[in-house]
This record gives sequence, C-alpha cells and structure tokens, in this order.
Amino acid sequence: MKSILDILSGIRPEFDFSASQDYLADGMLDSFDMLALVSDLDSEFGIRIEGTQIVPENFCNLQAIRLLLGRYGVDA
Amino acid sequence: MNLVFHGKRIEGLLAVLPANERLFVDEMDQFDFPRARSLKLKEVMGYDRHRIVDGPVCVSDLAVHGLEHLFAQGLLGRDDFDALILVTQSPDYFMPATSSVIQGRLGLKHDMFCMDINQGCAGFLIGLYQAFMLLEQPAIRRVVLVNADVMSRKVSVRDRNSYPLIGDAASITVIGRCDDDAPIHANLKMDGSRRDALMIPAGGMREPSSAETRELHADAEGNLRARDDLVMDGSAVFNFVQTEVPPMIEALLAAAQTEAAAVDTYLFHQPNRFMLQKLADKLQVPYAKMPSNVVEHFGNSSGVTIPLALALNLREQVLDKTLTAVLGGFGVGLTWSSMLLPLGPLAFCDIIDYPRVH
Repeated sequence: MKSILDILSGIRPEFDFSASQDYLADGMLDSFDMLALVSDLDSEFGIRIEGTQIVPENFCNLQAIRLLLGRYGVDA
Repeated sequence: MNLVFHGKRIEGLLAVLPANERLFVDEMDQFDFPRARSLKLKEVMGYDRHRIVDGPVCVSDLAVHGLEHLFAQGLLGRDDFDALILVTQSPDYFMPATSSVIQGRLGLKHDMFCMDINQGCAGFLIGLYQAFMLLEQPAIRRVVLVNADVMSRKVSVRDRNSYPLIGDAASITVIGRCDDDAPIHANLKMDGSRRDALMIPAGGMREPSSAETRELHADAEGNLRARDDLVMDGSAVFNFVQTEVPPMIEALLAAAQTEAAAVDTYLFHQPNRFMLQKLADKLQVPYAKMPSNVVEHFGNSSGVTIPLALALNLREQVLDKTLTAVLGGFGVGLTWSSMLLPLGPLAFCDIIDYPRVH
C-alpha cells in the first residue's frame, strides 16, 4: 500500500512534501491537485471522502491528511 | 422555497450539438501546465472531448436549426405553441431578446409570448418553472423551452480551470398540459451574495469591454484569462454544490413524501464527473442511477446538461414508459434547485448535430 507521501509525490513529483507545513500556501498543491489527491486517497484506501471534507484545512499538511483519513478508519 | 405544479408534462425534447468536436489531449499544450498534471485532471474530472461552436455561431443559430428540424420531421407544428422561452447566458445581442430573434428568423406567429431568462446551470429547471406558470394561461396551450449557450466564446482557451470543461449546445423542450393531476414537487434557492463565484466581470454596463479588459492576466494557478472572460472560483463552487445540494434533494423527497428508492433516475447538472460522484456518494445513490458522462462526451453546456443526459442515457426508456426522475440544477447566481416529476413517455428524445461552419 502506498503512503500518503508516495501519493503526494505521484501528483507533484517536483516537491518534497515532508518539508512543508502548508502545501497550499507554499504553492505545492492547487485546487485541482487537491481533487486528484482525494481521488487517489479514495482508491488507495478504499474510502469515499465526503465532498464537504474537500477543503484546504484538511489537505494543508501531512498531519491534517492523516487526521482526515483517521475519520474514515484509515491509519496511514 | 417549495413549489408545486399540477397537470403539466414534458412532451418531447431535442438536443443540438455543434459538430465541431475537440479532444482534451489535443488542447493540453495551450495551458501552462505539465502534460502529466493535465492528464491527471482528465482522469479525475472525466474530461475527454467537448463540442465547440465554430467562430461566429450564436445561440439563435443552434435554436433555429433545432426547431426547423422538429418542424421538418413533423414533431412540432409551427403554430402548435404559444410561448417561446430562451434560457441563456450568451445571447446574440444585449437587445433585442434572442427569443425574439428566434421567433423572427423562423417567421412564427405574432400571438406568441417570447422571453429570455439569464440563467446557467440551473436554467433547465428555471425554464420549466416559467413554462409551467405560463401554461396556467388558457391562451397558452404549449410552451417551447430553449436552453442554449455558446460559452466557449466567453472562456479563455488558456484557462485550464474552465476551458476543458466548457461545451456549447442547445436543447428544445416542448411542455404542455396533461390530465394527470399528480403534483410535481420542486424547490429553489438563490444566493446573490455569492455571485462572484461564477461571473464574466467585464463587458456589461458595470465594466464595459475595452482594450484593458481584453488583456490576458495569469491567476495564482497559472491560468490566463481576461476580464471579458468567464472566471470561476472552482473551490467555492465545489464547496457550494457539496454543501447545498444533498440537503436540497432530501428536502424535496421529504416534501413529496417519496422514498429515495422510488426514484428511477437522478438527472443532475454535470460540471464534471468527480463532483457528480461525490454527490451520489453523499446521497447514497448508485452511480448507475445518476449519469455523469455528459462532460466527457460533450462538455458542460450549462442548462443543457440535464436534457442532454436524458437523451444520451435514457432515450429508449423515456420514449417507451414513465420514469420517476429527480432533476437537480446548481450554478451561477448562485442558484440551486431540484424537481421530482414523472418523465415520459416522450414523443421524441433525440440529439442532432449543428453542421460545421467553414
């Protein structure tokens, strides 16, 4: 199973996602990348992240994404 | 607000698509993004191809072509309707109303109620409401509702945010009275305080078009567009749809005292496949009951996507029998609306091409 960092790197391979605390403010993810990330997380972990959860604060850094996945029973 | 109508039905519909088809893979290089990211977007959003009018083609051209087809095929008589409603965001002129242009070009009778409505992705429902209300008049026996837009002419080809999804199209829906008095339930909300989420900033009286408003500027994500072009706050629109639409559908079914399982099909406006699938997940509707393939085949044609989804996916069924359908529209304004109604059997339900212009 891929890690969250693997998935992030698959979307934007030019960035080091372990080094940022705010992917959106740092220009590493844009609004479309966020949707691509949700699509990949859904597929990889067999979940369906709700549309209302697709907001910047849930995808701004690794910790926020882990917290979101935790709400769907995923320990990533 | 909740709305209820009686004794009205859709009798038939025709969709008109420009024959000019463009492929997303052929357009990727016009955006300032790496191909890999654009291909990922294609996969997630369902972008594949879209229909775009050739240069000078206008809304009235698509509408006249469709109506002449119906007249020629004997599916609608020139004198068989008493009102012509056009819902569009891309009229031929500021004035006169494009519905009057269509009436004049077709040489229709003078005993005719023509009106334009400025609406977008909820425009099919808004048009139906107006048609139902007009049909309360004894003098109006039948209404032709035209939904049509050529928004490709108002979207920058360098704007990856909007151009890949945009599609041009028209639909012609014939609406009349019927003996079935079962209620048609609907609801509607609007929020003009969020009007900036989808707009064309310049070109009206507030900011007239000028050399400056025609200049391209890059946004934070690298999209190039002018103030004369459509601008969409994609995140705000996505969030609006996911927040407002599910409770609206639940309220509709509750008002109609109808179980979700009794609904045969959910025909929603189609901005992109991802958004539709997230709505289906939230509403616990199987994807098979909520078609999401209009954008990948034709692009997002505002108020035309609902009739197009019907003609593309359910033609044989609605020609033969009655389906219990939920329609859902949401977009510019902001506007969101839904309707529960019986659909079919229709007299016709077709898609035709508008020929290339060279």
